[in-house]
Amino acid sequence: MLKLLPLIPLFPLISSVLLMVTVGKMPKRLVAILGAGSVGLSAVTTLLVGLAFMESGQPHHQVLWTWMQVGAFSPDIAFYLDGLTLVMMSVITGVGFLIHLFSTEFMEEDASYSRYFAYLNMFVFAMLVLVMADNLLLLYLGWEGVGVCSYLLVGFWYQNPDNGLAARKAFVVTRVGDTAMALGLFLLFTELGTLDIQPMAAAANSQWQVGDTLPVLACLLLLGGAVGKSAQLPLHTWLPDAMAGPTPVSALIHAATMVTAGVYLIARTHELFLLAPPAMLAVALVGLITSLMAASTALVQHDIKRILAYSTISQIGYMFLALGVGAWTAGIFHLVTHAFFKALLFLAAGAVIHCLHHEHNIFKMGGLRTRLPVVFWSFLIGSAALAALPLTSGFFSKDMILLQAYELPTFGPWLWAGGLLGALLTAIYSFRLVFVVFFGKTQMEPDKQPGSRMAVPLSLLCVLSLVGGFFALPLVPLESVFPVASDHHPSHLIEGISIAIPLIGLAIAYFIYLSGQLNIDGLVNSAPGQMLKKFWFSGWAMDWLYDRLWVRPYKGLAYILRGEWVDVIYNSIVKVCQQLFVGLSHTQTGRLRWYATSMVFGVIVVLALLLGVI
Amino acid sequence: MDGVSIPLDHVLLLASLLFICGLLGLMMRRNVIFILISLEVMLNASAVAFVAAGARWGQADGQVIFMLILAVAAAEVAVGLGLVIQIQRRFKSLDMDDADRLRG
Repeated sequence: MLKLLPLIPLFPLISSVLLMVTVGKMPKRLVAILGAGSVGLSAVTTLLVGLAFMESGQPHHQVLWTWMQVGAFSPDIAFYLDGLTLVMMSVITGVGFLIHLFSTEFMEEDASYSRYFAYLNMFVFAMLVLVMADNLLLLYLGWEGVGVCSYLLVGFWYQNPDNGLAARKAFVVTRVGDTAMALGLFLLFTELGTLDIQPMAAAANSQWQVGDTLPVLACLLLLGGAVGKSAQLPLHTWLPDAMAGPTPVSALIHAATMVTAGVYLIARTHELFLLAPPAMLAVALVGLITSLMAASTALVQHDIKRILAYSTISQIGYMFLALGVGAWTAGIFHLVTHAFFKALLFLAAGAVIHCLHHEHNIFKMGGLRTRLPVVFWSFLIGSAALAALPLTSGFFSKDMILLQAYELPTFGPWLWAGGLLGALLTAIYSFRLVFVVFFGKTQMEPDKQPGSRMAVPLSLLCVLSLVGGFFALPLVPLESVFPVASDHHPSHLIEGISIAIPLIGLAIAYFIYLSGQLNIDGLVNSAPGQMLKKFWFSGWAMDWLYDRLWVRPYKGLAYILRGEWVDVIYNSIVKVCQQLFVGLSHTQTGRLRWYATSMVFGVIVVLALLLGVI
Repeated sequence: MDGVSIPLDHVLLLASLLFICGLLGLMMRRNVIFILISLEVMLNASAVAFVAAGARWGQADGQVIFMLILAVAAAEVAVGLGLVIQIQRRFKSLDMDDADRLRG
């Protein structure tokens, strides 16, 4: 059964290529079957492979062929299956299949139906390569592949130039991180002589001591890549704009899978990070600050998708926090539960947008509870899991992260307190969303109801969001991958506070947005309140800052350099050619006599030359 | 051969004069029919030169080439007159300077 491993990425690849070469000539029904079915087949195969893996319990390594051979450097196209890979593959194919199924109805009326599924399948293929790769080079191939697919899908509705700009922004900003990551790979290869992950970890452990400069440098460079892909500070600005793509794309790429690739990368190279405590601390701090920044920003947005985008940034911040404090298992656990409930929230938001004539502003919605019951329950469950209300999946994973953060010596309680503040904000903004959209006065009537292909994935994701955290089931395969966390439990008071905080957040949201007993208008309308709101609304003015810091100086430089000498040379070649063309075209008079005369003179000249007269 | 034979130089001089007449006509006349006639004159000038050269060296080649030139001239006239008719129909004129639609 384990031999079936290469089939898992192969199915989406075949489907994607088929959809591409038929350039939209295929009937929509067939496109839907091919697009969603291929990922479904992958999911089934993953299940079979996973069962076989759980039986044997041994990591499975499968070399397909040697990619290239340059001296001592010979990376293979090879897959490595262990618990971490299995968990990631299950999320990608499982949640991916549900989102594909949802898309078959969501995109029904789009003219580029087949192009959409070609990109989406290609994305699933690239993402699977990313998580299954046994060496960092193949991982990098998948890493860039998902970047390209993300670019294509963010700019899917390319007729609107704003979407194209958003796609370009996503591509360029992540490229900054990818460059850092490439440098990290170069450093690792020159120092350790291999990019195969397992031998590399062994070599690092034998060559380097804990706290050496080189592992810290390498890990910081890898962190740069992770920060770009996972939209963490300071490279997070692309994710809110990436919401320009179709909503299921946001669910799959910008919530459930691609943006968690950074988390996967750090978890995959955790043995390197264990050698570099300063890099670990950097990971934790980046995560914590990002999660607070994004949560406060989400509090004041009014585009339903932007709220969810900032929420995603914030939740990935939690995962980074977990990785930074060495709670590897908790980080991946949160990745899995987040994939469930955030995919659910995005799909539900997509359903709302779909049924309300593409309306994004939450203050124009309201009272949808009775009109879109399926969507309401999905959203409620998703928000509960996001806010980490007790017994939902998000509760277990977030609780695990916070408790393990508390355990860390010196900084632990501070990180814990910061995480709690983030949890409070999360609860407030997620229930603000629920109360504003689904309760209160009805302002818009939905013109259609979600069909079965939307309702089924929503219900399944509801179930996963609710029970996905019980028994910490997703963690079982991870036990063999990561070092075991200490079993020491903090006091009941600490645990009690972690449970109480989301409930307090829920209560605050209730009193402000539903019952109106807590009036914050005065606070918001005061001068400092306005300023803070504006500051938060702009996402801590990051876009403004980058515009001043990078974009404008770059454009200015380009403007100044318009007339530089390299261009002058090339432009003058063009000028000369144009002049020659104008001159020669005058000789083309169309007059027969003129042609005959010039031929005569030509012949006379040639004859004179031959006879030696001239 | 009996009698007085014309020296080759004279015949070549005549052929050159005829050829230059034809060439000047080709370059100067605007009427397409006169252009065709000029072409004929040029062809015949070269034919005269061939015949004279054949007679001078006592070989039949010159006359063979003369026959060939006759055939070429006939073919040229056939095609040329067809083109003349087309030009007349299209431009309502025989002035070749009117047919300059291929100018750059």
